[in-house]
Amino acid sequence: MNIWLVMLFGGLITFGMRFSLIFLFGRLKVPETMRRALHYVPPAVLSAIIFPELFLREGTLDLSMENFRLLAGLAAVLIAWFSRNTLVTIIAGMAVLFLLQFFL
Amino acid sequence: MMKEQAKFFWAGIRSEVPLLIGVFPFGMIYGALALNAGLTASAAQAMSSIVFAGSAQFVTAQLLRESAPGFVIVLTVAIVNLRHVLYSASLAPYLAPLSTRWKTLLAYLLTDEAYAPTILKYEREGATPQAHWFLLGAGLALWGTWQGSTALGIFLGTAIPESWSLDFALPLTFIAMVVPVLKGRPYVAATFSAGATALAAHSLPYKLGLILAALVGITVGTYLEKKGE
Repeated sequence: MNIWLVMLFGGLITFGMRFSLIFLFGRLKVPETMRRALHYVPPAVLSAIIFPELFLREGTLDLSMENFRLLAGLAAVLIAWFSRNTLVTIIAGMAVLFLLQFFL
Repeated sequence: MMKEQAKFFWAGIRSEVPLLIGVFPFGMIYGALALNAGLTASAAQAMSSIVFAGSAQFVTAQLLRESAPGFVIVLTVAIVNLRHVLYSASLAPYLAPLSTRWKTLLAYLLTDEAYAPTILKYEREGATPQAHWFLLGAGLALWGTWQGSTALGIFLGTAIPESWSLDFALPLTFIAMVVPVLKGRPYVAATFSAGATALAAHSLPYKLGLILAALVGITVGTYLEKKGE
């Protein structure tokens, strides 16, 4: 697979969506259901990436205490909830993973 | 006339400054993680101007690391960036009098961070003939910062040793993005239904489980919101 081709198509689609209704003004309207659905895109797409990263180890579900990524991830959820800060969440989550790997 | 344009342009840049403080470390993290995900330095840098959309670039880096096929990556980028259609719709009436060349340039610069101050400005002051210079200022300020912070991240990323498990910073970034938007039952349900589907469907070929999970999450959230009214 060519990474440049993927970027080119990704870029074209992104530009196309930014350009779409500026260009088609007055000729096309965003349906109400889509407007509503868009709010759920970030939680849906991102958790579809997060969950396998945390819960799966080599393709199988691992809910044990040895799954350090799951533990560090859950800690990061709490940190994100209280800090509401991206950078703090990343640094603290990395620190938790590091400590778990180091001491256990 | 010139003075009016310059005034809007600088106001656009100034409105962007507080946002840039948050964008800069984000761009650095992207640069470092893109390298870690296996992109070359030139590809990682080029993505910041070709795609020019933070969360989509993070998702692309993650999926490349998982060796997802190209069409799944492009499809995911499309879903992640779908919100730009809304920004496009909301600015369209104000930009309608402009030439296609202006519309093209401003559409390219239309990110979350450029949209937010611009729409507030328009809603406060209405459309004036030179007001689009505000969006140009905000957009270019963000563009320059994004390219610069990506470059710095790529530069620093090469110095980070493999043993630091830097790849884990990607899911952490996504956690930091998701958690603050969980404001109500439909959002929580969207999150858990998408996550559970992703786990159940992870062995589907071509990473199609990701697309399926995203669609399930979006549908569940939208349905519950509609039902709750």
